[in-house]
Amino acid sequence: MRARRTTVFAVLTALLVGGILASLALGQLPVSPQQLIGSILQGLGIDNAWAPDDPTLTDALWRVRFARIAMSILVGALLSVAGAIMQAIFGNPLAEPGVVGVSSGAAVGAAAAISFGAGALGGWTVAAAAFVGALLAIVLVYLTARSRGRTEVVTLLLTGIAVNAFAGAGLALVLFMSNSASREQIIFWQLGSLNGSRWIDVLIVVAVGLPTLVVGLALSRRYDLLALGERTASHLGVRVERLRVVSIILVALMTGVAVAFVGIIAFVGLVIPHLVRMMLGPSHRSLIVGSLIGGAALMVWADLVARTAVPLSDLPIGMLTSLIGGPFFFWLIRRNRAKAGGWA
Amino acid sequence: MSLPIAYRASGIGYRVGDAEILADVSLEVGYGRVLALVGPNGAGKSTLLGVLAGDVAPTEGWVALDDRPIADWSVRELARRRAVLLQSNAVAFSFTGREVVEMGRAPWLGTLAADDDEHAIAGALEETDATGFADRPFPTLSGGERARVSLARVLAQDTPVLLLDEPTASLDLGHQEDVLRVARRLAERGRAVVAVLHDLSLAAAYADDLAMLHHGRLVAHGSPAEVLTAERVEEVYRTPVRILADPDTGRPVVLPRRTFA
Repeated sequence: MRARRTTVFAVLTALLVGGILASLALGQLPVSPQQLIGSILQGLGIDNAWAPDDPTLTDALWRVRFARIAMSILVGALLSVAGAIMQAIFGNPLAEPGVVGVSSGAAVGAAAAISFGAGALGGWTVAAAAFVGALLAIVLVYLTARSRGRTEVVTLLLTGIAVNAFAGAGLALVLFMSNSASREQIIFWQLGSLNGSRWIDVLIVVAVGLPTLVVGLALSRRYDLLALGERTASHLGVRVERLRVVSIILVALMTGVAVAFVGIIAFVGLVIPHLVRMMLGPSHRSLIVGSLIGGAALMVWADLVARTAVPLSDLPIGMLTSLIGGPFFFWLIRRNRAKAGGWA
Repeated sequence: MSLPIAYRASGIGYRVGDAEILADVSLEVGYGRVLALVGPNGAGKSTLLGVLAGDVAPTEGWVALDDRPIADWSVRELARRRAVLLQSNAVAFSFTGREVVEMGRAPWLGTLAADDDEHAIAGALEETDATGFADRPFPTLSGGERARVSLARVLAQDTPVLLLDEPTASLDLGHQEDVLRVARRLAERGRAVVAVLHDLSLAAAYADDLAMLHHGRLVAHGSPAEVLTAERVEEVYRTPVRILADPDTGRPVVLPRRTFA
């Protein structure tokens, strides 16, 4: 099992690194590998002969492409780990920020902030508003979809439909009340895109995201015990109530900060933890680490496709992930229904 | 030699709205003894076990574990002092039996006792005869196999007090006897064991003391022979019975009278 874990982590890391390298090299702006390395070294403060002579090239690489890659790594990791944590506290493998409407809640918060002019105060305001929206949505889902420590799939999905519909209406309302500039922004949230990621945004995502990932990893053993049911987990020394509250805040922070800057990107938190579980089993330590690397890798590759598949245009990445995630979700439902007649 | 008292409960009452689940229950549980909680369905056995576990705060009366009120114990401290087997033992996600048993060691993480993990896990699997299927995913196990893995998890926790809610449910005859032999062995090593049991003869054969609950009240508490009189069993369970003596041990055996007209 340990050897297997090492292998899987190595493969996922290789996928991630490969994706980063490909993303660095490919794009609208043609650069040679030497120029790339030179530019990176130069950016790190090392003068060298390979660095491109044209300062606008360096500037464009750093300002546009590198920031975008960094953002895709972070967002992929955050959404995927948020999915794994949600599944742990709901005791249900179909819980995911996009599916149950947490992402939509975050989008409403962010859109409202932009539309009412708070966006002018900087990225932090938008991220905070997205967090509030995400928190409201997840608390609502949590309170309505759970009974006696478990969440039935049907209840979870129905609650998700309701929350998504409600958030959709909220987004439409904000859209209706906004001026045209804000409208464009709001459309962007519905489809999701990494286009236009700036370093200042990346820094905010790092500042919020890294601590949440660390906390999530630190709680992984307790999530294992939670699989035995809440009472038994408490008999084994877990303070269940506190774990729930902390986890809900974690998921809201992760989803909120990701959605604030890249919009709704669904299904990452569903597909990746599920694949990692299939390879490594359900133990949450390896699940969270695997989801972190795997989610980052998926997002880097997906964004590379999004910006290179159609020349001179940028596909919405949320559309891409839903295109893959939708059928996957469907397959999951079918498979689990066949296996256990639904979940209990 | 008499060992100390694990639990002292006095005047325990528990009501939800108008429903009186437990009323005026007082009992003691000593280390080195097996106490069987018996009584018909809905008598309040599981609730009483929940009170002893510290899950259910009684609305009246008080409970002390090791002479300290149960509410004063932290979750972590309790986890190192008492283990609980609940009736339902579902596990979300496909953890293997062995992983489930390993979780029983969680309270000892970071203590000296953690050095003993491997030994405790193997021993617990051995005692419940669960080694053979320990590496299969828990959700694929049969009801009886799940029950044995869950019991192994409780044994691996290695606590001085064990609270078992129907540990023999869904087990075959042989494994039922095994489970109670394990309980006896634990008591002989000085542990306190409280088990909810439905089979009165089984309870009488293995327990030192019986506590019989009926409509939330303790109607009898004492040795199996004292508690299991035909009149009392008939009154509480509303079916005619005959009490025999086990030819080997002399302990009472409860036999329902089954005459077909």
